Amino acid sequence: MDILNALVLFANYVFVPATAYGAQLALGALGVTLIFGILRFANFAHGELMSFGTMAVILATWALQDMGVSLGPLPTALLALPFGIAVTVVFALLTDRYVFRFYRVKKSDPIIYAIASVGVMFVMAGLIRVIIGPDDQSFADGARFIITARDFKELTGLEEGLAIRVTQVITIIVALAVMAVLFWFLQRTRSGKAMRAYSDNEDLALLSGIDPDKVVRMAWIITAILATIAGTLYGLDKTYKPFIFQQILLPIFAAAILGGIGQPVGAILGGFVVAYSEVTITYAYKKFLAYLGPEGWAPEGLMQFLSTDYKFAVSFIILVAVLLVRPTGIIRGKVI
Amino acid sequence: MSQRGALYFGIFFLLLIAVGFGQSWNVALGILNLCLISAIMSLGVNIQWGYAGLFNVGVMGFTALGGLAAVLISMPPVAEAWAVGGVGIGLSLLGLLILVAAVIFVRNNVPRVFRFWATLAVILVGVVLIRLVYAPAVDRIEAINPAHTGYLGGFNLPIVLSWVVGGAIAAGAGWLIGKITLGLRADYLAIATLGISEIILAVLKYEEWLTRGVKNVTGLPRPVPYEVDLIASADFAAFASRFGEVADAASVVVKLCYLVLFVAVLAIIMWLSERALKSPWGRMMRAIRDNRDAASAMGKDVKARHLQVFVLGCAVCGIAGAMLTTLDGQLTPTSYIPLRFTFLIWVMVIIGGSGNNWGAMLGGFVIWFLWIQAEPLGNWFMHAITLFMGDDSWLKGHLIAGAAYTRLILMGALLLLVMRFAPRGLIPER
Amino acid sequence: MSFLDASHMTGGYGRGADIIKDCTITVEKGEIAVVVGPNGAGKSTAMKAVFGMLNLREGAVLLDGQDITDMAPQERVRVGMGFVPQVRNIFVSMTVEENLEMGAFIRDDDFQDTLGQVYDLFPVLRDKRNQPAGELSGGQRQQVAVGRALMTRPRLLMLDEPTAGVSPIVMDELFDRILEIARTGIAILMVEQNARQALEIADHGFVLVNGENRFTDTGKALLANPEVRRSFLGG
Repeated sequence: MDILNALVLFANYVFVPATAYGAQLALGALGVTLIFGILRFANFAHGELMSFGTMAVILATWALQDMGVSLGPLPTALLALPFGIAVTVVFALLTDRYVFRFYRVKKSDPIIYAIASVGVMFVMAGLIRVIIGPDDQSFADGARFIITARDFKELTGLEEGLAIRVTQVITIIVALAVMAVLFWFLQRTRSGKAMRAYSDNEDLALLSGIDPDKVVRMAWIITAILATIAGTLYGLDKTYKPFIFQQILLPIFAAAILGGIGQPVGAILGGFVVAYSEVTITYAYKKFLAYLGPEGWAPEGLMQFLSTDYKFAVSFIILVAVLLVRPTGIIRGKVI
Repeated sequence: MSQRGALYFGIFFLLLIAVGFGQSWNVALGILNLCLISAIMSLGVNIQWGYAGLFNVGVMGFTALGGLAAVLISMPPVAEAWAVGGVGIGLSLLGLLILVAAVIFVRNNVPRVFRFWATLAVILVGVVLIRLVYAPAVDRIEAINPAHTGYLGGFNLPIVLSWVVGGAIAAGAGWLIGKITLGLRADYLAIATLGISEIILAVLKYEEWLTRGVKNVTGLPRPVPYEVDLIASADFAAFASRFGEVADAASVVVKLCYLVLFVAVLAIIMWLSERALKSPWGRMMRAIRDNRDAASAMGKDVKARHLQVFVLGCAVCGIAGAMLTTLDGQLTPTSYIPLRFTFLIWVMVIIGGSGNNWGAMLGGFVIWFLWIQAEPLGNWFMHAITLFMGDDSWLKGHLIAGAAYTRLILMGALLLLVMRFAPRGLIPER
Repeated sequence: MSFLDASHMTGGYGRGADIIKDCTITVEKGEIAVVVGPNGAGKSTAMKAVFGMLNLREGAVLLDGQDITDMAPQERVRVGMGFVPQVRNIFVSMTVEENLEMGAFIRDDDFQDTLGQVYDLFPVLRDKRNQPAGELSGGQRQQVAVGRALMTRPRLLMLDEPTAGVSPIVMDELFDRILEIARTGIAILMVEQNARQALEIADHGFVLVNGENRFTDTGKALLANPEVRRSFLGG
């Protein structure tokens, strides 16, 4: 029996990475849920929007690095973030202007928007691959760890180490800050309330004199900001590869639907639930159980519920379970 | 089919003939064979989208199931693997069924308060128990001659049979997904199909005992003669030498054989689709698509009809998938890039003319042709715009390296333009 | 000329058939006008026509002498019309106070005193100001809906069947409040299913049949008219 080591092991391989991942998913799901709440369609291009934003940040980071600018222990990418956000906002507004607005004026079926968003997704995917290429790009610099596994072991005298990376802490801090600002905006400001009103009851919002174009514009701006930050944090924490942003779409959708689509709080909850499920279900508990069992004993096999290959199957299973059991999501979402 | 439609088909075949003369007949026939398969997939999607307005983003998943069927039907069984792992796999499947039954039982009988946690507990315990049997069985199977087999193999039946079986498997998966999502908003179906296709592809990629995973299953038996056999035959050599190189002729003949088979399947599916569309059933489907509420007020069971049409469409995609794998002669799970090729099929349907089978078929032909020819086009374009740059320019190299991806942009832009300016497609629905 | 003078209105939805024909509705300041009639008589349509929610082929709408026939509904809100739809007339996910704030969205000045007036009119809303409006009872929701429309300080308040689906007690209270609003000098135009009760508080009544004016008189006179009683008030 060695509970302390077991807990540290669990924290190191499950809790810390899953929390960072959850924050990234939550930011992504917030964007999806916002677009859904305001424009009422599932935006398949959201993954590529994240990718696009991250790409802009990476390019700016490289430029800054070339100029010799750095933030010391913090990644330079944080400094490049505003630039990436600006570019992505402009891009999102342009797609709205030249693609989605047409269908809005025509009052098209939501599914038409969704198909158009798939078209946008492909144009963006192509652009991104032409501009930055399909390969891995690493752009994290600065200090790697806040505490390394070895330091932790020396500090505590435990067998297991707990490594905390700078990027993980940054992810969580930035995500919390962004969420706080977003909720302040939605709950306290006039524009934020107008967005909520529009999402709640479009006709009445129009009657109240809320300008739909303004609300839609605002939704895209916020979504682009969230997408760029989410993508950059993901890229810093793991790696930037255009293809990943196609795969991450599924967990993000799962998080948004699980939370109750159109519900910002739900999107955050959903992001963390999906992330924790993904990591806990695909983690091999062998060593963890060995610490908890009697001295010298270890369970046979890896003690894994699902092999890591099926990471995103977890989000799909969650998605299906939600659709079967409670299609409105944890916090009753808009429409089913 | 309208005159305009006939004209488009005419232009397409002229283009193909141009490729035949310009590049080679081998290339032209190769493109045509894939065009035929694309057309079948496109018909499948058209059944779902054009008839009923259902948005399926998981076409590649259903196609891959067809590919799986091709392997399972045609490859010889690996007796040793069955001996060491067959029982284990069988028990695992049985366990899975019991687990599903247990979950249903729990959901119906446990009080609401505990239901969620009870379900979760049953699933977790069930999965752990199944893995106790499953994991060792898989290890044993995969240990047998891993360089060549390492999987259970198939049933050693004629591969053409897999076209039917593939359709049936895909239909089953479609039924499951449709059952869950069809009552909900249309976008949920889209998201769920995206999910199921990712999972199907993951299973194909990682369940080596079933598909050899990334090691690929190669050398699937063919329904048509092999080139080497043709070349070896004296009669054929004598016949072919009149047309030119014997090796080329053999390859052309093989492709022609496939062509005949594919045309037959396409013709059957086309005939059935047209009959269905013009039948009272087809009219009802379109009525539901155009005004769901009115149709449901008239007593039509919208959900059941949607499920029907969704399953049919998935089956057609499965058939096409099995045909594709048959043509390739191998199953390479990594080649099914879910969103990219699914999207291509969508472009085919929408550009061809949603709701019109001839349109969908034309779309299948034209878009596949474009997709193939867009690669040299993209290359040429990038070379053209970088002409003024020095050969050592970093940007030039970078742009030329990215040329392959211009076709993603091209296809996306094409879709957006057609949706906006000609939403009814090349051959509009009547 | 009346404060609201919507005369000879003819039109329907989109390119469909005309639903109202040569229909005239007028309201004076500080008075309550009620539109009644059998189901499908075009009552709600007539009100929507006044508010600019359908295209008029003929006729004109004048508010305080100003021709607003070609204005969009949103613009009409700005010139002093308040509209309470029959259904989906509140923001269910927002608090009572946020609903009222949204009502005042087009106002750039300080609306705190209007908020106070609405709370004085509907005291229960003050107590529930921080509750999501979707959690309130049917009668309270209607109060929120009316309150929201009052936030723009309209000169004409239009109510589309405000008492649909509420209990008789709640209905009486709501009518009391509407009388109170009228006393502040606001013109009120109301479509009502509960014709008798509505006519009792109405200064003027318009009985519509098949989209046309059948009877137009004071509320009292209509209640006294035997033919109206027999055909529309159930004896």
